[in-house]
Amino acid sequence: MAEAQNIPVGSTTTGSIAVAAESTVATRMSAPPSFDVADFPVPHGREEEWRFTPLERLRGLHDGTAIANGTMKAQIDAPEGVTVESVERGDERVGKAGTPVDRVSAQAFSSFAKATVVTVPKETVLAEPIRVALHGEGGTTFGHTVFDIKPFAEAIIVIDHTGDGVRAANVDILVGDGAKVTFVSVQDWDDTAVHTSQHNALLGRDASFKSVVVTFGGDVVRLHPRVRYSGPGGEAEMLGLYFTDAGQHQEHRLLVTHDAPHCKSNVVYKGALQGEGAHAVWIGDVLIEKTAEGTDTYEMNRNLVLTDGARVDSVPNLEIETGEIVGAGHASATGRFDDEQLFYLQARGIPADEARRLVVRGFFAELVQQIGVADIEERLIAKIEAELEASV
Amino acid sequence: MATLEINDLRVSVETENGSREILKGVDLTVKQGETHAIMGPNGSGKSTLAYSLAGHPKYTITGGTVTLDGEDVLEMSVDERARAGVFLAMQYPVEVPGVSVSNFLRTSATAVRGEAPKLRTWVKEVKEAMERLQMDPAFAERNVNEGFSGGEKKRHEILQLELLKPKIAILDETDSGLDVDALRIVSEGVNRVRETGEVGTLLITHYTRILRYIKPDFVHVFANGRIAESGGAELADQLEAEGYDKYVKGGATA
Repeated sequence: MAEAQNIPVGSTTTGSIAVAAESTVATRMSAPPSFDVADFPVPHGREEEWRFTPLERLRGLHDGTAIANGTMKAQIDAPEGVTVESVERGDERVGKAGTPVDRVSAQAFSSFAKATVVTVPKETVLAEPIRVALHGEGGTTFGHTVFDIKPFAEAIIVIDHTGDGVRAANVDILVGDGAKVTFVSVQDWDDTAVHTSQHNALLGRDASFKSVVVTFGGDVVRLHPRVRYSGPGGEAEMLGLYFTDAGQHQEHRLLVTHDAPHCKSNVVYKGALQGEGAHAVWIGDVLIEKTAEGTDTYEMNRNLVLTDGARVDSVPNLEIETGEIVGAGHASATGRFDDEQLFYLQARGIPADEARRLVVRGFFAELVQQIGVADIEERLIAKIEAELEASV
Repeated sequence: MATLEINDLRVSVETENGSREILKGVDLTVKQGETHAIMGPNGSGKSTLAYSLAGHPKYTITGGTVTLDGEDVLEMSVDERARAGVFLAMQYPVEVPGVSVSNFLRTSATAVRGEAPKLRTWVKEVKEAMERLQMDPAFAERNVNEGFSGGEKKRHEILQLELLKPKIAILDETDSGLDVDALRIVSEGVNRVRETGEVGTLLITHYTRILRYIKPDFVHVFANGRIAESGGAELADQLEAEGYDKYVKGGATA
C-alpha cells in the first residue's frame, strides 16, 4: 500500500547540478524543539539541518550575536470582523501551533518584543484577504505573528516581505475545526536581506489549509513551513515557488506530521535557478505516525536550472509508521535548460529569449494557477517575466 | 520555386585535439518538390550536413555557401533559418522540461507563420494531424519529448513537419529505431507533405528500408565528408545489394 519513490524525471543532473536524494530521518535534529534559544547549541554547519546553509551569511542569527537594532515597517489590512492584538509572549495562543525547531527560530522566539495576534471569529467568511505588509528598513528585527482562524471561518492571509534587513520570525496559523485558510508568504526582499522563519500550521478537525510560499529575493532565505493535525479529516496543500538568482541562497524545509487519522497532504514546490552561485535547497519531510491511519500524502519538488553555476539540493523524505494508509509518495527531479534544448526550440523558429520564457513559464504555469489569489498570481507572472528579462 | 543550394560546404568541429574537418566540400541542390536521399556509412558526415544546415552551434563553417532562394542561410540564426523555411527532423530530439507539446506547437507555428494561428482552426488542424499519425490526443499535454518512446519522438517530429510546412525538410535518420508499423506511419506523414509539391526533401538515412516507403528522385552516396556518387533510385538498389564497402575502402572514415 505504501509506496515511496524518488523518480528523477529531469533531463540531466550532470555538471554543476547536485541532487541529493539520500534518506534522512525527519526528526534528526541536533536538539529537540524548544522555545528557549539556550537549548540549542550554536551550529557549526555540519549538522543535518544546517549542512546546506551558509552560516557566515546569517548575520549572527544563529550564534547569538544578532541583536534587535532594526526597523520593520508593518502594515496590517484586516477586513471587518477581524481583530488585531499585540500580546506578550505568555499569551496562550503564542507558540500553540508549534515549537521552534532550530536555534534561529528559538532566537526569534526569545527575542521578539510583542507578538501580533490576528483573529478571525467563528464562522466568519472573509470577502477580502488579510494583508500584512512587512517592509524592512535595515538592521535586525524579530517577530512573532499568530493567525487564529476560529472554527468554520474562511480566510486568505497574505504576508508580503519587501525591503532590506535581517529578519527572524515565527508565524503560527491556528486553523479551527472546519475552517478554510489560504496562507501566502511572499519573500520579495532586496538582494541583501536575510530572512529566517518557521511557519507552524495546526489544523483542526476537517480543516483545510493551503500554504503558498513564494521566494524571489534575499541574500539568504531559510523557511520552515510545517503542518500538524489536531484532529481527523484535515487537508493541507503546500505550494512553493522560488526563483533563485546568482549568489542567492533560498532554502525551504518542509515537514508534514501526520499524527491524526484520515488526513491528506499534498506538497508541490518548484524552483528555477540562474546565475553563478545560485543555491536552492528543498527538504521535504513527511512523517506518518502510527496513529495516522488512512493518510494520503504526496510531495514533489521540481527544479529547472537555467544556467551553469547554479546548485540544487533536493531531499524528499518519507517516514511511515503505519501501513494502513491510502497513499504516500514523493518525487524530486532537477532538469536543466541547456544549449540542445535551446537549439531544438530555435530550430522550430522560436527566438532564443522567447524559448527561455516558454520553458520557464511552462514550468511554473500549473503551480501558479493553483494559488487561487488573483493579484498574487498576476504579480508572480510579472515577477517571473522580470527575472527572465534581467537574465537575457 | 524554392531552391536550396549548397556549394563546396566545408564544416569543422572542435575536438580535444584541435579542429577536425568533417564536411570536405559538399555540393548539392534541392528544389521544391524533389526528394533527395543521402545515404552513407556511419561517420561519413551525413548528420553533420543536416545540423550544419540548421545552424547547430557545435559546427563551424570553414568554407562554401548555402543559399535558400538566393538568401544566405549561413548568415541566419537558427530560428531565422527555421522561419525562412528550413526544417530539420532530428534523430535524437531533446526533452524540453516544462513545455507541453500543445504549447510548443502553437508557439512554433506562430513564429514560423508570422502570426498566431486562429485558435479554433488550429485546434482542429493539430487534432487531425495527430490522428493521421495515430497519436493519442493525450500526447498534446505531455512535455516535449519527455518520456517519449523512440517511435513517439519521430512521430512528433513529423507532426511538426506537417504543421510547419517548410520549404526544405531535412530528415535526419528519421527511420532509425522504428519498427515496421511506426516506419510506415512516419513515412506516410512524410509522403503527405511531399505530395503537396511544396517541399524539397533531404532524406538522410543509413538504411535502404525507408526508401520502400518514400521514393526518392535522387540518391547520393555520402562518404568521407562529401558526396561520392549520385544517381537515381536505382543507386539505392545497388547499395542494398553491395553495401558501402566500395566507398569506405581507402577513405578516412573511422
